[in-house]
Amino acid sequence: MITSVKEENRNAGSGLLSVFKGATGPLIGLIILCIFLSFATDRFMSARNLLNILDQITVLGIMAVGMTMVILIGGIDLAVGSVMALTMMVMGYLANQIGLPLGMGILLALAVAGVTGAIAGLLITVLGVPAFIATLAMMSVARGLANMITDGQQIVGFPPWFSLLSYTRFGGFLTLTVAIMLIVFVLGWLYLRYTSGGRSLYAIGGNQEVARLAGINVNLYTVGVYVVSGLLAGLAGVVLAMRLDSVQPTAGVSYELDTIAAVVIGGTSLSGGKGGILGTIIGVLIIGVLRNGLNLLGVSPFTQAVVIGVVIALAVAAEGFKRK
Amino acid sequence: MTAKDLNPILSLRQIRKVYGSQEVLHGIDFDVGAGEVVALLGENGAGKSTLSRIISGAVQPTSGEMKWLGATYAPASPRAAMDVGVGMIHQELKLLPQLSIAENVFVGRYLMKGGRIDRHAMEERAHAGLQRLGLDVSPRRLVEGLSTAKQQLIEIAKAMTLNARLLILDEPTAALGGDETQLLFRQIERLKADGVGIIYISHRLDEIRQIADRIVVMRDGAKVQEFDSGDVPVRTIVEAMVGRSLERMFPAIPEPKDDVTLDVRNLSSPAKTFNNINFSVRRGEVFGIAGLVGAGRTELVRAITGADPIASGDVVLNGNVIKLRSPRDAIRRGIVLVPEDRKLQGLVLEHSIQENIGYANLEEVSRRGWVTSRRLSQFADAYIRKFGVKGRGGQNAGELSGGNQQKVVLAKWLARKPKVVVLDEPTRGIDVGARSSIYDTIMDLAREGVAVIVVSSDLEEVLGVSNRIMVMAQGKQAGILDRKDANDVSVMELATI
Repeated sequence: MITSVKEENRNAGSGLLSVFKGATGPLIGLIILCIFLSFATDRFMSARNLLNILDQITVLGIMAVGMTMVILIGGIDLAVGSVMALTMMVMGYLANQIGLPLGMGILLALAVAGVTGAIAGLLITVLGVPAFIATLAMMSVARGLANMITDGQQIVGFPPWFSLLSYTRFGGFLTLTVAIMLIVFVLGWLYLRYTSGGRSLYAIGGNQEVARLAGINVNLYTVGVYVVSGLLAGLAGVVLAMRLDSVQPTAGVSYELDTIAAVVIGGTSLSGGKGGILGTIIGVLIIGVLRNGLNLLGVSPFTQAVVIGVVIALAVAAEGFKRK
Repeated sequence: MTAKDLNPILSLRQIRKVYGSQEVLHGIDFDVGAGEVVALLGENGAGKSTLSRIISGAVQPTSGEMKWLGATYAPASPRAAMDVGVGMIHQELKLLPQLSIAENVFVGRYLMKGGRIDRHAMEERAHAGLQRLGLDVSPRRLVEGLSTAKQQLIEIAKAMTLNARLLILDEPTAALGGDETQLLFRQIERLKADGVGIIYISHRLDEIRQIADRIVVMRDGAKVQEFDSGDVPVRTIVEAMVGRSLERMFPAIPEPKDDVTLDVRNLSSPAKTFNNINFSVRRGEVFGIAGLVGAGRTELVRAITGADPIASGDVVLNGNVIKLRSPRDAIRRGIVLVPEDRKLQGLVLEHSIQENIGYANLEEVSRRGWVTSRRLSQFADAYIRKFGVKGRGGQNAGELSGGNQQKVVLAKWLARKPKVVVLDEPTRGIDVGARSSIYDTIMDLAREGVAVIVVSSDLEEVLGVSNRIMVMAQGKQAGILDRKDANDVSVMELATI
């Protein structure tokens, strides 16, 4: 009796930090990073710079939510960078060369992105192709298709309102692109944490056979997760097009690796079953703040790449060390 | 022959082990002589594994003294223990599936000739070792795809090629059928004759009488009793293990109702692992399925519960033919499977008890698809209490003992109020105390009108819990025995047709 009372207290008392369960390490790292940069540079802690950081992480942030779900079920999606480029080119082609209204072009392009995810998911579930290979193939196919549409040329000349959405700060601070990212964050967090579908993803990642025997429709969820990852890669492409005011088939090269890095820094386990959106948000912020800070400090892009590589290794090593 | 007559090859004095603030071994004295089999018995958590891990060098004692052939013995690693001649066969198989049998037998100590690996010699010696155990397979074959029983024999062959002076066998027969067990015993006799000392850990107490020269019983980290003979009544051993006298091993079996819940007609699998099976289970009946390893029992019950495909035949539930394409179909209709391997099929070990219970009950736990931690823990904690699981709801399932893990798997399924419950090897690797609570649960289910199917390799268990027993042999149905006609002889006769 006495022990059970104690334990209930422990459960109740864990409070705010329990929300970040499994991501407390990355959170502490992010805070230390921010404190360091606010002393090392005088511009880092300005409202304008912080809003800039939010603008800069939108593309990565949106894609990372889909990648979190994929990695949670023990999968991987290498195609997101290419699918993003394909979505951008389809949108540009439909709107500027066929002449469809831009909104219609966006919807159709997103549908294409979803289809690429569905194909990868079906390859994995129906034909038993490993996720790494299925999405590697899709990465190549999507990049090729993106180039074929304009024979490698970029498309420019979108209506002015389109790119304005990424500049205009509604209410003085919120651009539409940042708003989209925040909505994706919230929906992803609610889904994983509070729905039976979300809990099922954890079960599948923990042990696929246990999940199947527990009556969870593993194949359906797997395909669904890759469709969502494709859709979010497409959405990130639309956001990037707004920010660049142009689309080109070389967009998003190696973005899949940045995305995986952000998810892994955020504490989601590559073997599946462990992690979540809050960790991923922190991972995305760490990469965003680091890039921004290094720029402010005048560090060259080459050195930045080295620093980010070291941070990825340290973040994952710290988690492994903590577990021991 | 007792240890006192012999010069012990290994002796332990006042061995203590402390983890953090908890002392798990309280000053153990323990001797093994050359050419004797010492049975080490106790419930899960009694300290048997810790003791054998200390002897085999996997962990170091906090204090105390060990002597090997009269000299001080303090192995720093399993390798060091192996080098002096202590071999350990783990309960959980540690084979590498992608390597050949010969490579597995010699992994880490490959035979060399002129600076190169001598495959020929390894294959020859591995083959000779396997043949002594009655297993005639090519040593070049990959381990992947071999049955658990065969893998167990390879593990034993591996330990024997070490030329060990002392072998520790942890539940070596857990996955073996009767024939393979007898082969293993003959091999143990031969090792004894060669002067090898053996520490034998098992939950199958009927084996002990056959094989042990001495019995050491542990409870709660202490040695509680020692018998200088293996021929001790099972009840006496069990009472020493649990520390109280047992009224009965098996609870009374309730009378089944008259109406049939589950009817299986002419059922066959695509690979013919089982063929043309017919039986029916009544409401409130416990239906046992017996047979040797490889008789097709697991394949049959997996098909009935939608886990594996059916080639032909029907499964009829309450008079309606049902189509089972996935476990999901079966579960929705109220047929659930408590699978054979709880670590690989029953539980996500790195997730909490609450989450594991929740995974089979997400519709029940959620409201319109929404789940909250509070609802999940309320739901799961009620079942954790109901089944007497010793653990906190937030604790990872992997931290529990085998018996408590099995209770979690039971809780997960019984929370769904199923009509048919299939239990495949429900008490494998589980200690005596937890076993009887699982038997009580089975009888409660029967009393509530659930049709229960129990598959077990433990003959005493099938005989003890079933109203009727179907015996399978080589994928065929060898016969169905009524409780009053069933005994170990009649079942074994059918099983070895």
